[in-house]
Amino acid sequence: MTEIAETPVERLDHVVIRFAGDSGDGMQLAGDRFTSETAEFGNDLSTLPDYPAEIRAPAGTLPGVSAFQLHFGDHSVLTPGDHADVLVAMNPAALKANLHQLRRGGTIIVNSDEFTARNLKKVGYAESPLEDNSLEGYAVHALGLTSLAVKSVEGHDVGRKDGERAKNMFALGLLSWLYSRPTQSTINYIEQRFAKKPELAAANVAAFKAGWNFGETTEGFVVRYEVGPAPMKPGNYRTVHGNTALAYGLIAGARQAGLQIFLGSYPITPASDILHELAKHKNFGVVTFQAEDEIAGVGAALGASFGGALGVTTTSGPGVDLKAETIGLGVMIELPLVVCDIQRAGPSTGMPTKTEQTDLLLAMFGRHGEAPVPIIAAQSPADCFDAAIEAVRIATTYRTPVYLLSDAYLANGSEPWLIPDVSTLPEINVEFAKPATDGAPFLPYARDPQTLARPWAIPGTPGLEHRVGGIEKSDGAGDISYDPANHDKMVRLRQAKIDGIAASIPLLEIDDPSGDAEILVLGWGSTYGPIAAAVRSARANGLKVARAHLRHLNPFPSNTGDVLARYDKVLLPEMNLGQLAMLLRAKYLVDVHSYNQVRGLPFHSEDLLEAINGLVSS
Amino acid sequence: MSVSLPVPGPRRGLELVPVTSDEQTRKDFTSDQEVRWCPGCGDYAILAAIQGFMPTLGIKRENTVFISGIGCAARLPYYMDTYGMHSIHGRAPAIATGLATSRPDLSVWVIGGDGDLLSIGGNHLLHALRRNVNLKILLFNNRIYGLTKGQYSPTSEVGKNTKSSPMGSVDRPLNPVSIALGAEATFVARTVDSDRKHLTATLQAAAEHRGAAFVEILQNCDIYNDGAWDVIKDVDSKEDRAVFLQAGQQVRFGHEGAKGVRVSPRGRLEVVDVDESNADSLLVHDPQADEPELAFALSRLGNVDNGVTPVGIFRAVERPAYDDAARAQIEEARRAKGDGDLAALLSSGDTWSIGG
Repeated sequence: MTEIAETPVERLDHVVIRFAGDSGDGMQLAGDRFTSETAEFGNDLSTLPDYPAEIRAPAGTLPGVSAFQLHFGDHSVLTPGDHADVLVAMNPAALKANLHQLRRGGTIIVNSDEFTARNLKKVGYAESPLEDNSLEGYAVHALGLTSLAVKSVEGHDVGRKDGERAKNMFALGLLSWLYSRPTQSTINYIEQRFAKKPELAAANVAAFKAGWNFGETTEGFVVRYEVGPAPMKPGNYRTVHGNTALAYGLIAGARQAGLQIFLGSYPITPASDILHELAKHKNFGVVTFQAEDEIAGVGAALGASFGGALGVTTTSGPGVDLKAETIGLGVMIELPLVVCDIQRAGPSTGMPTKTEQTDLLLAMFGRHGEAPVPIIAAQSPADCFDAAIEAVRIATTYRTPVYLLSDAYLANGSEPWLIPDVSTLPEINVEFAKPATDGAPFLPYARDPQTLARPWAIPGTPGLEHRVGGIEKSDGAGDISYDPANHDKMVRLRQAKIDGIAASIPLLEIDDPSGDAEILVLGWGSTYGPIAAAVRSARANGLKVARAHLRHLNPFPSNTGDVLARYDKVLLPEMNLGQLAMLLRAKYLVDVHSYNQVRGLPFHSEDLLEAINGLVSS
Repeated sequence: MSVSLPVPGPRRGLELVPVTSDEQTRKDFTSDQEVRWCPGCGDYAILAAIQGFMPTLGIKRENTVFISGIGCAARLPYYMDTYGMHSIHGRAPAIATGLATSRPDLSVWVIGGDGDLLSIGGNHLLHALRRNVNLKILLFNNRIYGLTKGQYSPTSEVGKNTKSSPMGSVDRPLNPVSIALGAEATFVARTVDSDRKHLTATLQAAAEHRGAAFVEILQNCDIYNDGAWDVIKDVDSKEDRAVFLQAGQQVRFGHEGAKGVRVSPRGRLEVVDVDESNADSLLVHDPQADEPELAFALSRLGNVDNGVTPVGIFRAVERPAYDDAARAQIEEARRAKGDGDLAALLSSGDTWSIGG
């Protein structure tokens, strides 16, 4: 009897895997499933899909390559990883486009079936990199993934094409074996996905299992790995993408406020998934209106707010440009409106699927006249949930448009999420103006002394008939007014209302375990993960570094100026050319050291570590 | 792939708007704001007709909303003692769509001029009409930009001499009724500012229509385009140049109905002198015709030299209203899945537990 030698197991504390293939190869799906298995196993993790805007660029070409990177570990994982340890490349284009993302000495698993003369030529390889020694220094596993997948579905009533398509499941099975992942949830998933075509389900499960068995029975892999679970707070978890968390946050915020959501939206990358998600939840009373354009989307949302709904619009930079005038109207008529800007690389069409933080000044100043709008930024995929609730709170409490900034990285990235207990969600009290009883004239621009908000008097309320509009209104009565003193007063009142929000937001928290750090690393939005990882490394190297992260960008927390003044040096990494730095310098007359990259990708924490080291030694 | 929709049966226009038993008068619908149009503007007559007509609907005043864009006409909401929004240029149909979709208990009116609704807001008008949102859209057409002091508009005739077109405009004009019919609007009418009776009857029919009702009101701007519609208003020319459309009646005009409209053997509409030989072959107006092609052909009669201008209701058909259908989906989702349960939603998908 032959005995199969058990493959030895090596323990790792973290691994970064990058799946890459043609847009149609199912790499996003394979990545998503591996993520689910990994989350279920109990690792902490962070993901980054990296795909082109073209749905199916010509097969086998560099522009058509779609990738998915997953970083998982037995400790808190803050970024999708600077470099991959393992690259799965389904064709020559995927190898060529992603090799620079792999660390030297890393593992490459390629689909050798696709390394044909024609495919090699398409991407400019004169010789196959599998044969010309150019991959020396990497551990290369060249496997005929397509033919193996086709073989693995033999005996199932499916076509050859279906077998070929199952190659992503074969690869996923192999990776699952290599990293000792639990597999049942993937099998369940496949069966559910192809519930209407049981033959396809069976074939894909067969390919997945064949991939696992291939790892176990062939001797190509001399070692398999284990990454232990990460310590995490007790509770129920799931993984969540930023756009999903944001949609859930809107539903939760509206529930807390007792309002119906009206989403007016026009499809745009990378925001469309919020529209898709909300459209699934009509049983929450959610209305989703796919408008004829960006302007109609926000207009309809504002119209719904006038009627007492929670008006929401979701978009990205190009859409924000178009919505500006309507947001200005919202400032003038002082009604709630949540504007979600899922930032992407600009200007103009830019790079639609790539991330950036370049809309901060647009959100801050992108309207004519003195038109202040509060700004909130989410810092991680799961944090989009809390940020959305906060946006709803401010919009409804202060009767104002609110910008909620996310970005392509948060939108499509995912992480484990401790599912919140809905009974602990923040309370949001919304009261509509009551019908007049004493015969006194209704004053649509009278203000709450605490919040400076005006009454939300909705149609259908007797005695409160009134007209709002973009023309300047008189203080209190709300009649059209061209009076100079009144305009000056109203401009200042609108500004004071937004500034006053600072009284309702938490102070800026400083993370400084040493208590005597001389350098502060400040950030906002999705740079949270890379900054926290870099600061962790700096501290491990013995540096005293403090860290703070801004959720509210307008108004700032009231202690922001004090915090900045407390440190000799403040490092401010941004995926723009220094937009927050400009605001901070203008408001607090302090200098900050900007560190900027505008590459359409999240920061590598090693670059930030270098920036920290540089600033410390300067 | 398409699915069959949960759509409610035919509804009357104001079916979901609460009624009042209180006696309402024109005064109740008149706000305390001073009306600031130029003296002699056709908008005064339209405002008076609307203020006089609204009380007859018997709906609660507080459930009535007027939404406008920018322009002279767009000032109208300020003068109505109802809820109102004077919004931004061209966007009133979009804003009103959000309001009407989230509030079935409101009667929502959109007010705009030819520039507001056909130029900067043309896209929104088109889509509000094709969706059939439950809105009453009144387009005051004076064929000129008044508020910006006299530039040609998208309905100005070719060769219009204005400040921005000193050698005559070279743009070809839009015909608002043709545009509305092209968008397959379910209610399309044209009326005249100075004909109070016809105007009121048209507004009445629009209010009773379920879905988007589009009414072009031919309106005079006595400052920048005086007399634009005189040819169909003047007693001398009116008989021969205006055609009053009436459902179920032959399309006839002229002195004692001496002229009529019929479908020519080439499939076009033609104007004929009526005599015994052709009296039976004249077009009988049917606003409820399923397809809008004859209504469209009627709308083109004025687009030729010395053409005639039909006024009245071109089209009035029953189709599901967008907002009714959107709300029906919410009801259907609630019926099928139960009221949304947030805790269950947050815990959907693959979950796992970490013990304490």
